[in-house]
Amino acid sequence: MTDSPRFDPRKWFGGRFGGHGGRLGMAFQDCGADWSELALPYAEALVGDPASGVIASGPILALMDVAASIAVWSKLEAFKAHATLDLRIDYLRPARPGQTVIGRAECYRITRSIAFVRGQAHDGDPDDPIAHVAGTFMAVEGYR
Amino acid sequence: MIPYGELLGLEIEPGETAPTLVMPFATDVIGRPGFLHGGAIGGLLEVAAIGALKQALEAEGGGRIKPINLTVDYMRGGRDKVTRARGTVTRLGSRVANVEAIAWQDEPDRPIAAARMNYLIVR
Repeated sequence: MTDSPRFDPRKWFGGRFGGHGGRLGMAFQDCGADWSELALPYAEALVGDPASGVIASGPILALMDVAASIAVWSKLEAFKAHATLDLRIDYLRPARPGQTVIGRAECYRITRSIAFVRGQAHDGDPDDPIAHVAGTFMAVEGYR
Repeated sequence: MIPYGELLGLEIEPGETAPTLVMPFATDVIGRPGFLHGGAIGGLLEVAAIGALKQALEAEGGGRIKPINLTVDYMRGGRDKVTRARGTVTRLGSRVANVEAIAWQDEPDRPIAAARMNYLIVR
């Protein structure tokens, strides 16, 4: 993997994201050998149900998509251009209004061209998750 | 429009069975340079699915909608173009609704992404 740029999310994102991630307010928290953790602070702009103040499900999907992507690069210890092939999310319960959502994803398998990921989101207590995610990514030019 | 729909920049085109949601290409919905963020495409599909379900529910006297799950297949990269999405209610039961949605840029038969969703209905 000497031909790929070394992956250091702290340098890459400086704790902040541009584009859609930046607009949602996503922030990098931490990552390890095969996982990453991001934060999504509560904001009025994310609300999907104005009557209750509960955020929409789309921002949680976006958070987990990015967390999963960083988990893949963390496991590779390199950056490889890839695209989400599919993402499935179970909404276990609504996120509590005002609470920061934490998304943690793990890459548990990488083949020549496909990376398999799973993860959970919570709003304060990891043992009381709000969402569960499973997905796959594909590297057009291969992961290895 | 809900605040999250405003964030995505969505406009609604009313339809006979379901509305079409229109999302312009803008910095706020970009992922890697020149392409839509997968999360924004997924969010657009969910708003389109809920729009279709609300329209179908209103014809039956209304009800509250709770999302159970969502599966998105990403088929093509979202380019620097307007994206449209529309939902189809495949089954509206007394307690559960099954909804599909597709997002496209040029032609509806060349989708950039498709989603299946299950919703709990509280009547």
